[in-house]
Amino acid sequence: MSPELASLLRILAAVGLMLMNGVILIYMLRRVLGRLHQRLGPVHVGPQGLLQTPMDVLKLLTKEDITPTNVDKALYFIAPAAVFTPSLMAYAAIPFSPTWMVTDLDTGLLYTLVVMSLVSMGLLMAGWASANKWSLIGGMRSVGQHIAYEIPLLLSVLPVVMYVGTLNLSSIVEAQSGTWLGILPQWFITNPLFWPAFIIFIVSALIKVNQTPFDMSEAESELVAGFATEYSSMKFGLFFLSEFSNSFIVSALAVTLFFGGWTLPFVPDEVLAPIAPVVFMLKVYVGIFVLMWIRGTLPRVRMDHLMQFAWKILIPAVLTWILVFGFIIKLFDLGRPVG
Amino acid sequence: MPQDYLTLGMFVIVGLLFTAAAVTASNLLSPSAPSAAKSATYECGSKPIGLPWVQFRVGYYVYALLFLAFDIETVFLFPWALAFGLMGMEVLWAMTIFVIILDIGLVYAWKEGAFEWR
Repeated sequence: MSPELASLLRILAAVGLMLMNGVILIYMLRRVLGRLHQRLGPVHVGPQGLLQTPMDVLKLLTKEDITPTNVDKALYFIAPAAVFTPSLMAYAAIPFSPTWMVTDLDTGLLYTLVVMSLVSMGLLMAGWASANKWSLIGGMRSVGQHIAYEIPLLLSVLPVVMYVGTLNLSSIVEAQSGTWLGILPQWFITNPLFWPAFIIFIVSALIKVNQTPFDMSEAESELVAGFATEYSSMKFGLFFLSEFSNSFIVSALAVTLFFGGWTLPFVPDEVLAPIAPVVFMLKVYVGIFVLMWIRGTLPRVRMDHLMQFAWKILIPAVLTWILVFGFIIKLFDLGRPVG
Repeated sequence: MPQDYLTLGMFVIVGLLFTAAAVTASNLLSPSAPSAAKSATYECGSKPIGLPWVQFRVGYYVYALLFLAFDIETVFLFPWALAFGLMGMEVLWAMTIFVIILDIGLVYAWKEGAFEWR
């Protein structure tokens, strides 16, 4: 098999994974939010409501595609692609197991963060092209919050990079195998030195997911549906799919950077090798559950509070922490470069 | 390494093709009965007044300028962090000075009220 064909098959597998994730996560979100709101969620279509989401996909596919007369035609049609393509590309460098990944990029971490930030450009495009006031406000808010939290997000992963000296995601996972004194897994989350970075990472990554408490760009009780107001049928479906895919990517990044990726403590390598992708997916889904839990618990924050929190607290905090972390690493000679 | 970037290029193409295919499939499957009321701009039932492409608040622009400055700082910090383990204490002092200079800018913007949302 030629390498090009192999990559193409892997990319198609990523597309399949993205679609599967979308269907499963929508069902999971409805059930989890239902529980958090003390109601049932979907239960009638199929056993336990399992067929509800496939039916919804069919419905979305057969809905009339309305194009309002005032829209900027070219941008209006490009915007769904500009949102969907980067979220698909974010799957390229995620290591599902030692061998399961689309490409083993040496710049994997930086690459994933970069393509994730491209999504907000598509959202602004959608907001602007829709010729709708709600949409435009949604698009502008989206860009405002994405650029404010882009910097803490990029900086919060730096302690990990300083510690292991590589941007390659599978090397970062390998650096976390083994245990501390045979008790705790040697994941970065079990090391208190990484806790500040982890907290800042999670707060800024929540912005990327566009969910409550940070769903300023959609804010259904303020802006109808924000940037997606004028989109219907499959174009809306693509925005939706991209959003759910982003929560998967954010959770996958958190698992890779802080929770040891596909590694498990106390399990010998030959046992772990065949089940590594399962371990990884389970960890990611636990992470997504936590994201949904946050979504179901916290109220939406105010736009000005959101922006001020980033610039006045998060950015100074993360810059200070990087330097303090650097001094601790150098003084006690703690780094473990893998490259 | 070139193989990796070829794969990323293929990703872009597959993404665009998938979008086109999904939208086309839905257009083939769905009914189409446009009407003037249906394709009007949606503003919760009231008639929209004017186009929305108006001047927008300058606050976003100030944030965008600040973002540029700090994003470039991030660009400097990434290679620094990569090489951090290989170098001695002096790179840390150099970066401390660099970050302090940038933070003076942040404090200045703060004092000028760039972060107030009015």
